[in-house]
Amino acid sequence: MEWETVIGLELHTQLSTRSKIFSGASTAFGAPPNVNACAVDLGLPGVLPVLNGEAVRMAVLFGLAVNASIARRSVFARKSYFYPDLPKGYQISQYELPIVYDGHVVINPAGEDERRIGITRAHLEEDAGKSIHDAVPGMTGVDLNRAGTPLIEIVSEPDLRSPAEAVAYMRKIHSIVRYLGISDGNMQEGSFRCDANISVRPRGEQRLGTRTEMKNINSFHFVERSLELERVRQIELLETGGSVVQETRLYDSQRDETRAMRGKEEANDYRYFPDSDLLPVTLSDAWIDELRATLPELPDARRARLASDYKLSARDTDLLTASREVADYFEAAVGGLGGDPKLVANWVAGELSARLNREGQAINDSPVAPLQLAELLRRVRDRTISGTIAKEVLDAMWAGHGSADAIIEQRGLRQVSDSDAIERMVTEVLAASPDQIEQYRAGKKKVLGYFVGRIMQASGGKADPAQVNEILKRKLHRDDST
Amino acid sequence: MYNRSLRELSAALRARQYSARELASCFVERIRSRDADFNSFITVTEELALRQAAEADRRLAAGDGGPLTGIPLAHKDIFCTDGVRTSCGSRMLDSFIAPYDATVVRRAAEAGAVMLGKTNMDEFAMGSSNETSYYGPVHNPWDLDRVPGGSSGGSAAAVAAGLAPIATGTDTGGSIRQPAALCGLTGIKPSYGRVSRYGMIAFASSLDQAGILARSAEDAALLLGVIAGFDRRDSTCLERPVDDYAGDLNIDLNGLRIGLPREHFGAGLDPRVGAAVQAAVAELEARGARVREVDLPHASLAIPAYYVVAPAECSSNLARFDGVRFGYRASAPRDLEDLYQRSRSEGFGAEVKRRIMIGTYALSAGYYDAYYLKAQKLRRVISDDFQQAFAQVDVLAGPTTPTAAFKIGEKVSDPVTMYLCDINTSAVNLAGLPALSVPAGSCDGLPIGLQLIGNYFEEAKLLAIAHRYQQATDWHLRRPAGFD
Repeated sequence: MEWETVIGLELHTQLSTRSKIFSGASTAFGAPPNVNACAVDLGLPGVLPVLNGEAVRMAVLFGLAVNASIARRSVFARKSYFYPDLPKGYQISQYELPIVYDGHVVINPAGEDERRIGITRAHLEEDAGKSIHDAVPGMTGVDLNRAGTPLIEIVSEPDLRSPAEAVAYMRKIHSIVRYLGISDGNMQEGSFRCDANISVRPRGEQRLGTRTEMKNINSFHFVERSLELERVRQIELLETGGSVVQETRLYDSQRDETRAMRGKEEANDYRYFPDSDLLPVTLSDAWIDELRATLPELPDARRARLASDYKLSARDTDLLTASREVADYFEAAVGGLGGDPKLVANWVAGELSARLNREGQAINDSPVAPLQLAELLRRVRDRTISGTIAKEVLDAMWAGHGSADAIIEQRGLRQVSDSDAIERMVTEVLAASPDQIEQYRAGKKKVLGYFVGRIMQASGGKADPAQVNEILKRKLHRDDST
Repeated sequence: MYNRSLRELSAALRARQYSARELASCFVERIRSRDADFNSFITVTEELALRQAAEADRRLAAGDGGPLTGIPLAHKDIFCTDGVRTSCGSRMLDSFIAPYDATVVRRAAEAGAVMLGKTNMDEFAMGSSNETSYYGPVHNPWDLDRVPGGSSGGSAAAVAAGLAPIATGTDTGGSIRQPAALCGLTGIKPSYGRVSRYGMIAFASSLDQAGILARSAEDAALLLGVIAGFDRRDSTCLERPVDDYAGDLNIDLNGLRIGLPREHFGAGLDPRVGAAVQAAVAELEARGARVREVDLPHASLAIPAYYVVAPAECSSNLARFDGVRFGYRASAPRDLEDLYQRSRSEGFGAEVKRRIMIGTYALSAGYYDAYYLKAQKLRRVISDDFQQAFAQVDVLAGPTTPTAAFKIGEKVSDPVTMYLCDINTSAVNLAGLPALSVPAGSCDGLPIGLQLIGNYFEEAKLLAIAHRYQQATDWHLRRPAGFD
């Protein structure tokens, strides 16, 4: 039987407000436990929540960016359950009337597999704190620094048909929130977390199969991997006459497996009801229009513009627009160089990204600024240096040894384009390689690469490779004829 | 000085007949010597009172301060007080020292008032007799065998017994007005959103409102003017100017339209209470008011609606008392479940647990629509009744309670009978309206209360009518036997 996979994601996205959603405490990450938890966050008797308007603005921006409807009136509700890191015994969330509803994004745009993915809703809520099990032996600690941090929970329709699509959708939402500047999207710090629902059904079947849910997956890779494991597990179950049990499962990345956490019968009755400590959030058309006018260029629009303005490949535009910062860097460098977008794209997506990844740095923290990179690439373009030498110069720039020109001068890295000098090197290399000449003449044209390599080596990498090729071929042919 | 009005006390302080310190000491001394009979205080804050009084004396000496500077007062133990135990009448918070002041407490202190202590109350404000307190029942100064009403019973008894000139209270379904009626006091519950709820331990967030128990409308007006007003810490507190309650007391009653809700004079009303209330209304009529009967057709639905909404909200509001961060924690819990279960089982009393269970049930999946949602719809219907009445009259008048104070133990084993104490008061909270109770007669030596209900933010009008009535009568000046 052929199976169809059905996936829906809930993405919990921390909003990058300075203070919490219902209190004045700081949202800064990494403070000592409970330092950023005030009376309201601790749920002390008598305290009351007061809504942070900035969180509302960010949620609405998100809604506008995903073509959603913005509720003119939305209501906060209490979601009740007992847990030590939930100070009030309820989480303030939105239930029946979320602030954002009925939106969509397009994944793999302009490709063969372009798909429109529905967004059911995105609602505002407060984050819980953290239980810490390893700080005090035999005891569990509670850190409420994160309690009250604003989140939007973005709920997709069950429109995703494969783990790969799920990740494409997740990356899309991730890039949108980062373009909007409403979240740092930092997955290691828990700013962007995924709950994934998955079921399978025979292809052609309309009814949904029984689903399982995996909670709090915090990397793109883990989302794809856990969904793949779960897809295979469910299909195997069904094909061997078993049935899927509706339950919450945990993805264990160490063991690379999913396992049951709790079943449907253990599910909480959250007893949602409106929170009468907070007034309904009412928004005017005028305010929403004002906000719409502040929307920045979004990933899809930017990708389309980069593709048409710079004539770049789909692969390049995808890489360059994955984050707003990378796209900004690229465009600044192209500006600095005054053209040659393909050259810049290769270097940003290649050498620069490799170095950033190696150092674990964000592009905004790159030691080589866009205009400095442009200066380096100018010397590649005018053939002052070769690509190979340029990598060496970039390393030196990275280490803070100065500008491209200064490094080229100091280290004498200018390309040798004096044809007499190159001729001499070619003659020397050929004289020392009678066997290889023999092979070349026997038709083994690949040997040419050997000669080029030896000559480049002899020149300390400074010979202009184009010239070397030209002289070498001329000489070999001449020798041919003799 | 135990028998003086706030204006008299304030004038005496300014005239240096006695200092604020002397005044505070006298009241503290009186609490120490008399309160064993009433059990109206949970905590007496003598040291703090003397410190605040000394500061008041400095302000008075500098010619600074207002009408409340140096005036002693008591706060219901539901208001958080920085550095002072705030028990809410519960074992759960017996050890809880609040790290901050409620807005009401802060504003009173900033006006120069001197806090004598924290008064007894029904546990988490759930009760109409002050018998559910972890600290034992409060005794009505008019008859020690009787209840003072609740939940602000400690504040009512303290003021009635002259242990404090004035006290704060809270009213969720009648918890200021009912004890005021039963103890012969003037008690006002302002409109929802008039006084900040910040720092007031929540029972039912959409119904709770802070107010005052006082000897007279004028005293209540003076304190209300200080504690009312916008507070950015409470989103439900309205940004709306506060009227000059104490300055606007002398209104003309001529032409005032008073409505008597037929439903407040029905079955269950002690005829002597009914007669006293009719006499009080006649007094107002004699001063030019026009009286007519009106209908509140859905009045009988108020108690059922109230006992869904209030428990539902309380079940959620009291979830934070879990033994994890503050308050009572069961000893040597086996695991998390055991910690929760025993902390809450041992920390809460029977009435609180009853309401948490009722509320949890009403909010459960499958019951929400039938109970909570339906009760919310009834609220709308009940509010509409009031608005239709206010289209015809300016204020509503009737008995605050159907009977005078009952005996301690008389109703405590029958919750439904107890709940019916609030039959005339709880609808006002469901609608969010202001209302007050003034002493308006007596039967068998026990006070009777007249309830006046106004439209939204008409506290000034209610206080002024009550003041006019008190200028013409002396019910509010009567004191329990053995007062001095």
